[in-house]
Amino acid sequence: MDQFEVKVFIRLRPSVLDPAGEAIKSASSKLGVAGIKSLRIGKMIEVKIESNEEDIKEKIELLCDRLFANTVIEDYEYSINKL
Amino acid sequence: MATFTVGIVVFPGSNCDRDVSWALEGCLDIKTKFLWHESSDLNDVDSIVLPGGFSYGDYLRCGAIARFSPLINSLHDFVKSGRRVLGICNGFQILTESGFLPGALVANKNLNFICDDVDLNVITSKGGWFQKLNETQNIKLPIAHGEGRYHCDQDTLKKLTDNDLIALKYKTNPNGSTSDIAGITNEKGNVLGLMPHPERACDESIGGIDGLYTLKSLITQ
Repeated sequence: MDQFEVKVFIRLRPSVLDPAGEAIKSASSKLGVAGIKSLRIGKMIEVKIESNEEDIKEKIELLCDRLFANTVIEDYEYSINKL
Repeated sequence: MATFTVGIVVFPGSNCDRDVSWALEGCLDIKTKFLWHESSDLNDVDSIVLPGGFSYGDYLRCGAIARFSPLINSLHDFVKSGRRVLGICNGFQILTESGFLPGALVANKNLNFICDDVDLNVITSKGGWFQKLNETQNIKLPIAHGEGRYHCDQDTLKKLTDNDLIALKYKTNPNGSTSDIAGITNEKGNVLGLMPHPERACDESIGGIDGLYTLKSLITQ
């Protein structure tokens, strides 16, 4: 068994309106930072997991597809780092 | 024959379970039974309500974690048997997260938690959840949600429309939902999910009785 550190990034699909992102975009311009064309909020989930190397991708796919993200509204990607 | 019993599912964080029980027992004289989400035995109940609230604190996404409870697992066979399931607000979110109904509920367009009475058009008569008297029938029900914007892609919307699965539409869209949708049913019509709260409109003394018919229809077999 090996130890892995996985970082999962979840973002709303481009077709889904992100009103919270719009609110932060508006606040950013109030801070005096001009030129922001788009701002969207996502989530990052860090997982430390013990697994066989051959199974790790399948396990992370299952977690992402069935729990971490709702693929009706979200896309996900991840990076796996063996410790 | 045993008395018809409506099961009301209680998750950690449910907060409309007792309101639903009050409306069914007190206003309609329908027997209810609270079902803890860890129970998987649904043999004692004839229909089920997934009430509003904040199951599992809305962690990750509304309804995302409730989906993994033993009771929701048993709900698949319950639905297949044709018995009726009503998901209200957080219950609707759980039904979409669990795949019983298509689409998803996301944050309101204006980011406000909206607590208001809304006018709704009854769209379908499928499942007999609403007393559809005529083509333009409308009802007034309360809403109370921060993440009630129904979202689906164009293919799903076409399927909902073509198969007459849209139950309710807002007359004035409060949250930015796709096609003004406030509630939908499954193809069989025995599962209804809606953001408005019929249990909060069951007595004139609290502002209206337009929710009575939907709750009463739980005992339709």
